[in-house]
Amino acid sequence: MSNHAVPRPRFEAPDPEHGTKAALKIEDTTAPLLDGKVSEVPDALFAGAMRFCGFAVVGLLALIVYQLVIGSNLSWHAFGWKFFGTSDWNPVEDQYGALPFIYGTLVSSLLSLVIAVPLSVGVAVFITEMSPVSLRGILSFTTELLAAIPSVVYGLWAIFVLVPILRLYVQPFLGKTLGWTGLFTGPPYGIGMLAAGIILAIMIIPIISSITREVLTVVPQHQREGVLALGATRWEMIRMGVLRNARAGIVGAVILGLGRALGETMAVTMVIGNRPEIAKSLFAPGYTMASVLANEFTEATGDLYLSALIEIGLALFLVTIVVNALARLMVWSVTRGQPSKTVA
Amino acid sequence: MNSEMILPQISWRRRATDRLMTGLSILTVLLVLLPLFAIFAYLVIKGIGSINIAFLTQTPKPVGEPGGGMANAIVGSGVILGIASLLGVPLGVGAGIFLSEYGRNRYGDAVRFVSDVLNGVPSIVIGIVAYGLVVLRQKHFSALAGGVALAIMMVPTIARTTEQMLLLVPQSIREAAYGLGVSRWRTTLSITLRTATSGVITGIMLAFARVAGETAPLLFTAFGNQFWNLKVNQPTAALSLQIFTYAISPFDEWHRQAWAGALVLIVLIVSAVAAVRIAVRHGTLAGA
Repeated sequence: MSNHAVPRPRFEAPDPEHGTKAALKIEDTTAPLLDGKVSEVPDALFAGAMRFCGFAVVGLLALIVYQLVIGSNLSWHAFGWKFFGTSDWNPVEDQYGALPFIYGTLVSSLLSLVIAVPLSVGVAVFITEMSPVSLRGILSFTTELLAAIPSVVYGLWAIFVLVPILRLYVQPFLGKTLGWTGLFTGPPYGIGMLAAGIILAIMIIPIISSITREVLTVVPQHQREGVLALGATRWEMIRMGVLRNARAGIVGAVILGLGRALGETMAVTMVIGNRPEIAKSLFAPGYTMASVLANEFTEATGDLYLSALIEIGLALFLVTIVVNALARLMVWSVTRGQPSKTVA
Repeated sequence: MNSEMILPQISWRRRATDRLMTGLSILTVLLVLLPLFAIFAYLVIKGIGSINIAFLTQTPKPVGEPGGGMANAIVGSGVILGIASLLGVPLGVGAGIFLSEYGRNRYGDAVRFVSDVLNGVPSIVIGIVAYGLVVLRQKHFSALAGGVALAIMMVPTIARTTEQMLLLVPQSIREAAYGLGVSRWRTTLSITLRTATSGVITGIMLAFARVAGETAPLLFTAFGNQFWNLKVNQPTAALSLQIFTYAISPFDEWHRQAWAGALVLIVLIVSAVAAVRIAVRHGTLAGA
């Protein structure tokens, strides 16, 4: 780390007569020092309070786990593992199976990765390796601006702009050209799995590309120079000297994006169609774990209904935690624990 | 010297691949920027036409009646965010101080890991937890419950950025203070934290901006309200909730207002962040 980054403390010279505020009222604290007895009580109190705050963070996580486990107890005892393997979601008959939601979450997230990964890596490569320096700052700022837009605004845009485009142009075209695969069949509603995947992709591009960029920047310069010196073109240099070295970190960035996509709620809820069905076609409406919580939690009347929803929440929580922990480890393995510049 | 002599011969295939990949990566940049511009353009075009005095001063009208606004939701968002900051900022900064000043050990590592994990918990799940903690006990939805949910989301971000900012303060400054006989807690608060103030505030603003547009954790905590409400233990409207409700409604008038609400939300978030940045750089907080 360069010394230039270290902020200089701003002290003003204390006025010997009055001891300004900037002199931090040292006279207060020097007095006991001269007496030779410094009270340790305030120090211990302060340290205790800060420790409390630190451990409160752990406490929060414990609280989350506790609330979810207690809340889902009823449903767990009623259905056991079957809960995750059956697809009958019927509040009227108190029958709950979470499979359609798990399917919807997985498919929409994977679809978003398929779209977002090449784009984000491309942007990161362009910014770190190709872009003129003057463009670099602007580009990274604008891509990060995408991350500042609230989820509900993405949803709003998707409903009124993206979905009509999909319905009128993209889906008929895909149906005609790729309909034989079975992935693009059925009536073009606009809303559905495809819309959810696309909006999710737009939302996770900033995180994947900013972390990929961070990982690419840590690749030592001499790697690039070495490959270039062997006569490689720029692309060969990027492929052999940069991307290959940053592989683990890029995979980490992708998994971090996956973690985001899995838990994303509002935008998906607004465009996925909210129908608990498992369909092969990406045009068909679906439902995700997060959206069923968003839609049905306040309306859940029976205890078992509420408990089943909380169990979905617990499952979502566990999956995202595993995914995130995995991603952190992979990013760390490349950046070697250097403090991240982006707050992910 | 002739450049042909130093440059090795590059086959047309390799040259073409190089060109192609350069072109493709420029294409990705354009594809990524396209939705960004589209979103902002639509926000401004659709939003500006719908913002008027009534929108900013009135409460929602019943379905079918034109006019009305989101004043109660704007204020409600303020109340909920205020509660969230009141709870989340002290806890987050405290945890950050713990991490940098008392946590250079395995306890600190544990807290660090947990706060990164907490950062990845889906916001809707945090909503369930706040529901269990506050709503179930109080037996009704409230601004307080919404504030608690958002506070839980703010803590890990604030803790980690505060830690990073405090670590940038050189050790020698702390030692100088100790050498003058200043106690440790006093050094931490008046020297270390004060030196890092602008960074810490930037971190707080980042966390604030992140939760300001959150909708999912408010759905079953603050719940929303069509009328004025300033009581913290009553269901409260929030801008993001109102946008959601209006966007999925079948009424054109409400769609129009949803765009206006989205524009107001973005402007509020951006200006809050900008105001604090400017204050930190030039204004009253400069030198703090």
